[in-house]
Amino acid sequence: MSFGPHLFLALLEGTVAAFVLALTALGLSLVFGVMRVVNVAHGEFFMLGAVLAWAVSSLVPASPALGFLLALIASPLAVGAVALLADRLVLRRLHYAPEATIVATIGLLYILQQLVLTFYGPYARPVAAPISFRVQFPWFGYSGYKLVVIAAAAALLAATWYLLMRTRIGLVMRATQYDRETAQAFGIPVERVYSGIFALGAMLAAVAGVLIVPIQQAHYLMGLDPLLLSFITVIIGGLGSLRGTLVAAFVIGLSDGVISVFFSPTLAKIIATLFVALVLVFRPSGLFGSARA
Amino acid sequence: MRSGTGRALLLHLAVLAVLFGLQFVLPDYHHRSFARILVLASYAVGYNLLLGYTGLLSLGHAMLFAAGLYGAGLAVQHLAIDAASGFVLGILSGLALALVVGLVALRTSGVAFMIVTLMFSQAAFLTTLYFSAVTRGDEGFTLPAAARQYAIGDLFFDLTDPGTRYNLALLLFGACLMASFALVRSPMGRVLVAIRENEPRTVMLGYHTFRYKLLALAASGAISGAAGAAYALLFSYVGSTFASIQYSILPLLWVLLGGVGTTLGPLIGTLLMFYLIDTISGYTSAYLLVVGLALVLLVLLFPKGILGTVRAKAAPWLP
Repeated sequence: MSFGPHLFLALLEGTVAAFVLALTALGLSLVFGVMRVVNVAHGEFFMLGAVLAWAVSSLVPASPALGFLLALIASPLAVGAVALLADRLVLRRLHYAPEATIVATIGLLYILQQLVLTFYGPYARPVAAPISFRVQFPWFGYSGYKLVVIAAAAALLAATWYLLMRTRIGLVMRATQYDRETAQAFGIPVERVYSGIFALGAMLAAVAGVLIVPIQQAHYLMGLDPLLLSFITVIIGGLGSLRGTLVAAFVIGLSDGVISVFFSPTLAKIIATLFVALVLVFRPSGLFGSARA
Repeated sequence: MRSGTGRALLLHLAVLAVLFGLQFVLPDYHHRSFARILVLASYAVGYNLLLGYTGLLSLGHAMLFAAGLYGAGLAVQHLAIDAASGFVLGILSGLALALVVGLVALRTSGVAFMIVTLMFSQAAFLTTLYFSAVTRGDEGFTLPAAARQYAIGDLFFDLTDPGTRYNLALLLFGACLMASFALVRSPMGRVLVAIRENEPRTVMLGYHTFRYKLLALAASGAISGAAGAAYALLFSYVGSTFASIQYSILPLLWVLLGGVGTTLGPLIGTLLMFYLIDTISGYTSAYLLVVGLALVLLVLLFPKGILGTVRAKAAPWLP
């Protein structure tokens, strides 16, 4: 395969990665933006989504498509419930103090990881894709399911945008982000908004996990990479800025796809983490973070 | 205040004396565990200097521990220098890395500081993997027995001997503990506590807080580096695991359990957590579940830790 088609393949892969990353990072960004909570367990919600997708779809072995659709609905709901529980039992009692919540979510990360290891085991299990259609390009065939992932992720991103910008619930959430105390003074149930945001963030990660599991197998340690990438995305995009997060997700997803085709992944990761640390120190509002959305 | 210092000094010396005496009564297995605990507790003392007395929560101390570990380990392994010089090199590595990281990371505070240190530490961890030709990556390497013997004049140290190991670990811990005790009681320690309690007010009083924070981080890095170097030399294993996130979280856990901002807390926390994990590993491999639960329960229900609670309830003179 010559350079042109190779680059095209890398860009396609990068686009899939970017859309999945956008979903995951949007969840992290929402939680940080509204609640000022850095959720270190975010990657575990992604992992939990994938593992539950395997569990749900294995209930319906006859029809992969039906099993996958069921997983797409049931798994994020279950993860949202776990997040709601974590919020009620832990985060709310810490009054969302930034440093205490980081330590608590680190604990949550270990708890979820080990529970999955105990009940699901150390296996990497695949979930059958709901469709087995292949798109035939002149140079190579490409999995049609990956194009479905792009479409589904785009639809979910649009739905989230609609929820935040065009509905009453979104208005309440944005008011809480803008000024918590004034929002409370106007009768907004801030604690309930926080619970809702935390669950919504976790569900976005979980749905990304479900979408990715036919491509990547479900494994109890699979949450670490999306966590780091989401962190990088949210920081580069500017902490708390949703628009910045989306822009950064595409830049990072695409460049990650392209770079890992041409360079050593470890070196790329070293450079990326150092770069992100420096961005956080010298440009704390992010590279695209001037606009608050 | 004065009598408090005297009482506290006596308490510290008594703890060290008990630790010295324990080696004659402990059975073999626990004797070995204690040597390890003392080295890890030294690391926790270094961590506590930053978290407990300066109020800076780092999520990247593993890189400082690993700097000492690799500084000593690689030098002894590849440059064929003796163990004592390796130890000094380890301390200097921790100190130098802490200074470099501090100059950048201390421009931030709070959550940003936590994430920046986490990112730097992750980069350090990946670096140990990237240069696996030298570091042997995840697999790690063991130091040759010949490199772990050292003579000063007629005095001969054999680091493979359990008794020598125990006493050297105790010496390290004693030095770190007394250094942190002295620092906390010094004028500089007072300034650090002032920064922890209210940094803008400390600035207003005319202190250059950045310099103090950098000094605290450097001291913490030197102690962490010393613990890492001692770990490599005493237990003869150097590997990437010690640079991973988990080794940044563990000292946090030990310090939280023992009591943030208490000089003896790190020892108590390390000791209890080590034996808790050791006991649980006998029943299940899911010991990280315990680490996770402990972290959540500690911040939720017991934020002052053991000695912090004792100090608040019974003994306000505890440093």
